[in-house]
Amino acid sequence: MSHQDNPNSTNDREANMDQKTQNQARDTQRRDATRRPVSSHSLADVANSRLSSVGVPSGSSTGLEARGIHAWFGSKHVLEDISLDFFTGTVTALIGPSGCGKSTFIRILNRMHEFIPTAALAGQVILDGKDVYDAGVDVTKIRLKVGMVFQKPNPFPSMTIRENVLSGLKLAQIKIENADELLESCLRRAGLWDEVKDRLNEYGGALSGGQQQRLCIARSLAVNPQVLLMDEPCSALDPGSTLRIEETIRKLSASMSIVIVTHNMQQAARVSDFTGFFLADGGPGRLIESGATNDIFTNPKQQRTEDYVSGRFG
Amino acid sequence: MSSDLLEQKSPPVPRVITTKPRFTDKVFRAVVTSGGMVSLVLLGLIGFFLIYNGFEAIQNAGLSFLTGFDWADAIPEIDQPAMYGVGAMLFGTIVTGILAMLFGVPIAVGTALFLSYYAPEWLKKPMVVVVDVMAAIPSIVYGLWGFFVLMPHAEYWAKLIHKYLSFIPIFDMPAPVFTRSPFIAGLVLAIMIMPIITAISREVFAQTPPERIQAAYALGATKWSMIKAVVFPYGRGGVVGGAMLGLGRALGETVAVYTVLNLVYDIRIEILLSSGGNVASMIVNKFGEADFVELQALMAAGFVLFIVTLIVNFIANFIINKTARE
Ligand SMILES: Nc1ncnc2c1ncn2[C@@H]1O[C@H](COP(=O)(O)OP(=O)(O)O)[C@@H](O)[C@H]1O
Ligand SMILES: [Mg+2]
Repeated sequence: MSHQDNPNSTNDREANMDQKTQNQARDTQRRDATRRPVSSHSLADVANSRLSSVGVPSGSSTGLEARGIHAWFGSKHVLEDISLDFFTGTVTALIGPSGCGKSTFIRILNRMHEFIPTAALAGQVILDGKDVYDAGVDVTKIRLKVGMVFQKPNPFPSMTIRENVLSGLKLAQIKIENADELLESCLRRAGLWDEVKDRLNEYGGALSGGQQQRLCIARSLAVNPQVLLMDEPCSALDPGSTLRIEETIRKLSASMSIVIVTHNMQQAARVSDFTGFFLADGGPGRLIESGATNDIFTNPKQQRTEDYVSGRFG
Repeated sequence: MSSDLLEQKSPPVPRVITTKPRFTDKVFRAVVTSGGMVSLVLLGLIGFFLIYNGFEAIQNAGLSFLTGFDWADAIPEIDQPAMYGVGAMLFGTIVTGILAMLFGVPIAVGTALFLSYYAPEWLKKPMVVVVDVMAAIPSIVYGLWGFFVLMPHAEYWAKLIHKYLSFIPIFDMPAPVFTRSPFIAGLVLAIMIMPIITAISREVFAQTPPERIQAAYALGATKWSMIKAVVFPYGRGGVVGGAMLGLGRALGETVAVYTVLNLVYDIRIEILLSSGGNVASMIVNKFGEADFVELQALMAAGFVLFIVTLIVNFIANFIINKTARE
């Protein structure tokens, strides 16, 4: 099997995967689709190559659902009426120019929005059929189910690599039996195990930026989230690290729902099954169009979407 | 021609890089430098003044000036020479200092945490002002308050401690006099040093990188587990440094200790007993009626205190700077 644009053997990595979910068969099939040698990288081609396996997701697999979300900072209305579903086993990319509210939107999904004193919101975020903003919901439990990876890698510098990966358990006061097993499986799923297995007791800050970001991914995996939110996870990284993280994202998507904000159209086309396009146009940010990534990049319904994905503005 | 070229190819020598400072820069530098020098010179002069005047006393007593715990004038009738040693007072200084830290640091760190992470906005500002004002209250006021207000309560607490913990030697009680003890002095000192430790702790807690705090919350942390995992590791050095600054103040405190502590020239480990002291309050106690020889001894005692607080402050600065760099 020839595969020029990915020097790292995806096969080996996948063999390492310890999670055998039923999604995996479908997932692997999708991988094969990506592996078709693509020489001319038009976005449509890239998105197309992923298409084969992504059909219309069955309604039953809705893990997370945003309904009529509005957001304000003080009196400034920054998001208007956003409704979007996220399906388990898929990757959803959020694209759009800076300042259109993508970060605000995903921070609403795991209730990080409320840390900003002036922040307010309206609408519902439904996780497993329940609104995460209902009174009486334990917010720490929500954040355990909906993990987050930030733009800038932020491992805890006072902790070793090992402690970093397991920090979520300590923070949420979860006891487990075999920490070593979990440690290894999280690092493997984040694609970092081989690089750090001999230096687990070094401090997290000693790693390169790309490794730190994968460490942060491993850290969020340790608490076994259903959804992983990633806010421009590669924007501070070199192309090599970016590739490895994309690979990680594709593997992880088999077992969870991933939402990734990205400014890189190629990346959105490469890793995502669905894409949502946000635009602020002077007023509050709106979801202009959403749908299968392939459709967004090949025949978008909206002129503005086409202008954006073809690089005519933004 | 070619030999010329060869000659020019001598091995490279690093160039000396200089900048010609502008005139205004020079003036400013001179002003700032002299300002900095003044404080250094003053510090040196004070130290010199103390050692110059107290040298004879230290020379006479030798090492026993530090270890001895008698403070007795000469009695010519029985041919007894003067015996001056600060041992007991030095011990008392350290005991009250440690007690002040034990009581004061947890209160201060707790207050700083409350102000940084728990207090509602409307309470935060006034409370910060109150804590800062506490730092400016003269120590005699703390002393009087400690004597008249705190002592009756603290006496009761001391009795409780004694009742239940007297099997531990430091809580033992040879004579039932609970007032004016190192325990009470430690409490008063704790309240005095609390503001500075709170201020410094609050400062370092506020500098905790927000992305680490967010990372912890995004992993399902509660506020307290976030504080333990992120805020404390980050702020530890600053808190220790602040505590050392507080300790420096506690060691040198004079009037408040003089008011609430019963000066006794003896080394006693029972902290609840009405007997103790510290170097500073001893000096103020003896100063009024001292003859020339005793005055020299008091100067020497002052020098010892000067050195001790200097060391503590240096350590504090070292710790604060070291953590600031990290
Ligand atoms: N903490 C904040 N306070 C006030 N306004 C904010 C804050 N964070 C973001 N905003 C505003 O909200 C809008 C959306 O920001 P953001 O969600 O960060 O956009 P994006 O991630 O798409 O670049 C912007 O107009 C920004 O100025
Ligand atoms: Mg953003």
